[in-house]
Amino acid sequence: MSDSVKPMTPPDPLTGNKPVTSVPSLAQTSTQRKTVAVSSRLSRIRTKSPRSSRVPDSVFRSLIILTAVSVFAIVVLIVWELIDKSRMSLHQFGVGFFYGHNWDPVNGDFGALPFIYGTVVSSILALILAVPLSVGVAVYITEMCPIALRAIISFLVELLAAIPSVIYGLWGIFVLAPLLREYVQPGLAKYLGWTGFFSGPQFGLGMLAAGIILAIMIVPIIASITREVLSAVPQNQREAVLALGATRWEMIRMGVLRNARIGIVVGVILGLGRALGETMAVTMVIGNRPEIAKSLFAPGYTMASVIANEFSEATGDLYLSALIEIGLALFIVTLIVNALARLLVWSITGGTTTRANA
Amino acid sequence: MAAAFLVLVPLLAIFVYLLLKGIGSLNWAFLTQIPKPVGEPGGGMANAMVGSGLILLIASVIGIPLGIGCGIYLAEYGRNRFGDIVRFTADVLNGVPSIVIGIAAYSLVVMRQKHFSAYSGGLALAIMMVPTVARATEEMLLMVPNSIREAALGLGIPKWRTTISITLRTASAGVITGCMLAFARVAGETAPLLFTAFGNQYWSLNPNQPTAALPLQIFSYAISPFYEWHKQAWAGALILIVMIVTAVAAVRIVTSRGILKGTS
Repeated sequence: MSDSVKPMTPPDPLTGNKPVTSVPSLAQTSTQRKTVAVSSRLSRIRTKSPRSSRVPDSVFRSLIILTAVSVFAIVVLIVWELIDKSRMSLHQFGVGFFYGHNWDPVNGDFGALPFIYGTVVSSILALILAVPLSVGVAVYITEMCPIALRAIISFLVELLAAIPSVIYGLWGIFVLAPLLREYVQPGLAKYLGWTGFFSGPQFGLGMLAAGIILAIMIVPIIASITREVLSAVPQNQREAVLALGATRWEMIRMGVLRNARIGIVVGVILGLGRALGETMAVTMVIGNRPEIAKSLFAPGYTMASVIANEFSEATGDLYLSALIEIGLALFIVTLIVNALARLLVWSITGGTTTRANA
Repeated sequence: MAAAFLVLVPLLAIFVYLLLKGIGSLNWAFLTQIPKPVGEPGGGMANAMVGSGLILLIASVIGIPLGIGCGIYLAEYGRNRFGDIVRFTADVLNGVPSIVIGIAAYSLVVMRQKHFSAYSGGLALAIMMVPTVARATEEMLLMVPNSIREAALGLGIPKWRTTISITLRTASAGVITGCMLAFARVAGETAPLLFTAFGNQYWSLNPNQPTAALPLQIFSYAISPFYEWHKQAWAGALILIVMIVTAVAAVRIVTSRGILKGTS
């Protein structure tokens, strides 16, 4: 190889055709500065006659429409691929797929009930734990918290949403599960063992751990939506209830929470949507055994985690097809859940506009 | 009150454990070496970090322009029936579980190519980025006052130039925020990469080959039975979370201080 260095001329940033812009004086307000910036940008653009601009305009328009269409196409393509690739399993098992409880890849017998059960139970458990907590946090932030703390707490709760699910799983395996095994599960078994929900061998890993991890993960979603809804409740509503002699708690219950209930339900539904589809953290802590057990200590399996665990090692087309059918079912369920939330949002906003018009 | 603190307990616990366990196994070798075989101490996740970068680059190159384009459509052209449909599909796409997007990328790319690749992983993550970027872009463009658009159009500037150089640039702070948030969100995604990028124990810069990714490596080390690997998983998790939290915090500081706002 020749060791001669090619002469390279770095692009001079000063010789670019960047015009000298006037430095805005410090006395200007930000809006003034913004206007100056926009107008200097305006003057930089060479103006053309409207006639010559028609061609690029329509090109740009069609390009932009193309991106919008492609987003629509992506969703259609996902649905199509899911249906197409699960066709074999759909034909083979029909509706029975969803209530068969055998999952036997060796003999080619597939039923998804244990996974559906696991998904439903872990999500419900998560909601039971998360809803009171997140509504509590939201009420605390909007109604009671000192203003200095408010931003910090809502930032921390937001941070909870930014943690990747694989890290939740890691923490679940090495911190939460031993904690449950050593301290929580013996206590639960002793005092609530008679219900049947808290009995059997205590592994730590299992349905309970999955529910708790999911709860931690959906708290930020429910809390942030609830907080938004609560802060939208008009101040005079609160003052009116207080003026009638209500205590602070009664004010929150009657003046705030009652007005915000549909918004809170929307938050809960969106949280449910996340919990249903959550994969990694659950896969790591739920124990991964396809069986239906009454006890929450027992290991379970969810729809998402069976796909995560078995997809890349699925041998045979039928096996793969069955896994994709589970994916299809998961897609449809989350679609319904999200559509429900959206409908509720529409019903609220529709409601307020009619009230405002009246 | 109690609820607030009860919620913050797991957050603090996660960070404390990440720091305690992560820093202990974090060293120079971890950042520069590839994984060692089972039983040998040492080794690192350098290939996974580079692989993650590669996959995220592919995802951003596909996802961000598509998302911004779709956002422009929704804000500037989409005040109609088709706009509502696109808006709804974007919301639907946002709610699709990441594992399902992984299946779609698998059947679209991996099944056709007959091998795992960084391309397919990048595509899966790109699909996840699009709705976030699109809705953020739309929201930000709608906040740009109409008078600015009218001023530009009134000077005879064609609409495409107005949209790109005036409207989009005025809204650039918010659009960048949206992109960063989408990026931070997919950076930690594991599920869609399980059977698209697949993971790799060696160096691979070929995007057409199975590629290692940090979250994948953390997952496979965490569920392994080896103590040495558990330690590595914690170190990897620490690096991942530092990257993500830095991105999120940077976005918050930038948007609250207004460094990017207004003037170019």
